[in-house]
Formats: sequence, structure tokens, C-alpha cells
Amino acid sequence: MIPAAFDYLRAHSPDEAFAHLQKHGADARVLAGGQSLIPAMRFRLARPAVLVDINDVRDLDYVRVSGGTLAIGAIARDVAIERASWIGERRWTLLHDVSRVVADPVVRQTGTVVGSLCHNDPAGDWTAAALAARAEVVVRGKAGPRTVPIDTFLVDSFTTAVSEGEIALEARFPIADERTAGSYQKVERKVGDFATAAAAVQVSLNADGSIKTAGIALSAAGPCAVRVDEAEKLLVGHKPTADLIRAAGEAASKRSAPQGDLRGSVQYKKNLAGVLVARGLRQALGRLGVKV
Amino acid sequence: MKVKVTVNGTVYERDVEPRTLLAYFLREACALTGTHVGCDTSSCGCCVVVMDGDRAVKSCTMFAVQADGHEILTVEGMAAGATLHPLQQAFWDQHGLQCGYCTPGMMLASYALLKHNPTPNEAQIREGLAGNLCRCTGYQNIVKAVQQAAGAIAQPAGAAR
Repeated sequence: MIPAAFDYLRAHSPDEAFAHLQKHGADARVLAGGQSLIPAMRFRLARPAVLVDINDVRDLDYVRVSGGTLAIGAIARDVAIERASWIGERRWTLLHDVSRVVADPVVRQTGTVVGSLCHNDPAGDWTAAALAARAEVVVRGKAGPRTVPIDTFLVDSFTTAVSEGEIALEARFPIADERTAGSYQKVERKVGDFATAAAAVQVSLNADGSIKTAGIALSAAGPCAVRVDEAEKLLVGHKPTADLIRAAGEAASKRSAPQGDLRGSVQYKKNLAGVLVARGLRQALGRLGVKV
Repeated sequence: MKVKVTVNGTVYERDVEPRTLLAYFLREACALTGTHVGCDTSSCGCCVVVMDGDRAVKSCTMFAVQADGHEILTVEGMAAGATLHPLQQAFWDQHGLQCGYCTPGMMLASYALLKHNPTPNEAQIREGLAGNLCRCTGYQNIVKAVQQAAGAIAQPAGAAR
């Protein structure tokens, strides 16, 4: 289908984009990669009156390490993560895994990480990863830029802390310490389909082998990606064992609240969420040289 | 809205509605019908073109106004006169097409793939083309064609570019 008519504005700087958004308020949407927005417009699920295209805002096209965080600018493409020189490092294995399974390889050349967070699809990949890695999003509002923790950024399906007239400028992923690894486990019917279920896992270990920090999140398990804090609490402070991993998986199954559809029944998806968390934990620990 | 898009080296100046999708701009405003529209929902990859030299994009999921001031390569721009591009030659040699509908998208997705990884192995080709569907299921020969093309581009022989 052809989208509803709209006015197109191309911004060349963050200031210009912000000014357009302030002027048009709720009528305007930011166009970054557009790989979710444009299909939504084609189905007339979204009908913005104004699109503010930020693809020419070169200042927002970066993936860089600064101040203890990995900063991803608003038009950095998914593929920029996949191609980053540091992506092979163990501490970035969660992002590495995600960067290879978002949508499909062509979509990843245009789709953006920040755009995916802002879209906040119930089955998004970056949202679950951001929860597990405890990311933050920099949002520019009238009072200036503010940094929003991902847990409060993700409000509800397709709804975030970005209000009318505001723009998300950057995602920040904390640089984890050396003994950290992650894993992203996604089951999909075919490449590019929405996840049937997906789990993002990131763990770091103390010198004695006990778990120092744990991030566990699910996608396609509710209105938006969800942190399984019960599983995180179970894990932290303990040495990884098969029983502990099983318990974390069970907590994830319990927390998962998916919708039954052609991809599977509610019970199937709940079971799958637990299996994927357990698999993710085993893989992340394996990457740290711990076999459970 | 006035746009100026360079397609296959030729500048096309057209007046388009902002909601015009790049695929339809190419097919209808530029009369370049080699870019096919398969699913129209960003699922099949038939409409893939290359933007600014090395980035494969689904032209059904981009507005023509976004291409204003940019360069687009479509299947019509691959050959140099009567000499087929190594990818086109390889698809011919390896029977990398049956009905041919997915072929332009396959070749342009492969074009961008080879720009970033000139020597992909079989698994990397299969992964790289995972967003392109062939309903004839002719994947084996498509993969062989990309392998041949990669070799031909890496080590041009004779008249090949």
C-alpha cells in the first residue's frame, strides 16, 4: 500500500531536527532508518503528517567509546555494530550476537539501533539487549538533553520516554569489565520474521568465579521487552551451576507473557523463553571459560 | 517536491510526492523497470538497489525524497555496454536464475556484499543473502554465481572488469 500523504523535512544538524520537531509536535515523526516506520506507514498503522529525516545529520552517525560507555548515534546503522573492530571482544558478545540477527542483512544496512529502541516493538531485538546490558538513551527535550535508563525509556508497546517534540540522540551501553560475556538467543521462523521468542543475557564474574552482575531480558514476551529481575537476583553472588541455570530459566518462563499466534501458543512461547535464557546463560558462561 | 537523483550515472530531476517510494520512482518516474517489487512489505528483497556505492537498500522501504542528492545503482546500470558485470555473467554461467524475478535484487544485494567482503565463503554468501527470497528456490546456483563473481572481481581475466 501507499502511505498517507505527509510533508518531508530534511534536517542537517541535531539542532535543525529538534527545531522541526518542536514546531510540529505530535504531528511529526523522526525518520532514521525507517525500516519499521515505513512499513507501518504503508499499512497505515502510522500516519504522521510530517517526517523529519535525520539521515543527513552526519553528526549523529557514530559508534564510539567515550567516558566509560559505548555511544551509538541516532543514525548509526545496525551494520555499524556488526562491522565494528571491537565486536569480537568477549565483553561485547551480546551486541555481536544481536547485530547478526536483527531483521535481515539488507535491512541492517539501513535500520538503526536507536531507531529500534524508539520504535519499541514487542519483538524488538535491541530493546532486550539494552535491558540486559543496562543501556541508557540520551533524549533531547525542551530543557536540554537528559539521560534515561532503558528500564524507564521503554514505556509500553511502541511507546517510549521520548515525548512530543523530542528526539533520541544516542544510546549508551556501559563498557563491561573484562570478565563479562553475553549471548542473544532468538528463535524465528525465517530470517526477518518477528521472533517467536528471544532472550538477551549478559553476565560478569568475580575473581572467585561467582556471578558479579547478571542482565536477563526477554523479547516477544509481553507488551515490550521485559527484564527478568527474578532471574538476575537468583544468579548474582552465586557460582553458576546447572540447578541455578535451570531456576533462572524457570523464572523467565514464569515472567514471559506472550501472545499466542501462528508462531506458537502461549505455553509454547513461555517454555521457549525459559529454554532460551538457559541456553544463553550456558553460552555466555562458556565464552568465559565456564562449562556448566 | 523536486528531487534530483543520480541513477546509474544519469541525473533524474523529477517532481514527486514525498510518499512516493523509491521503487516506484525508479520504475515509473525513471522508467527503469529492472527493479522489481515482490512483496511490497520489506520481506523479499526483489527491490534491492545500491545506494551511494556500497549500501544495499530495499527500495520499497525508502522514499524517493530520501534519495535526493544521492546515487542509486539498479540492475540496468551494472553492465558496461555489451560487457556484463561479473555478477551478471556469473548468474548467466551458473544458471543463477529460473524465473528471474528475484535476480536484480539478488545481484545488487550481492554487489554490496562483495564491496564489503570481496572474498566471502559459502556460509557468508548464504548469510548475506538471507534477506532475499527466491520462490523458484534456486539458491544453490545463486550461491555458486556469487562465488564465481567474487573470484572474477578479485582476479579479473581478459575483458572482465
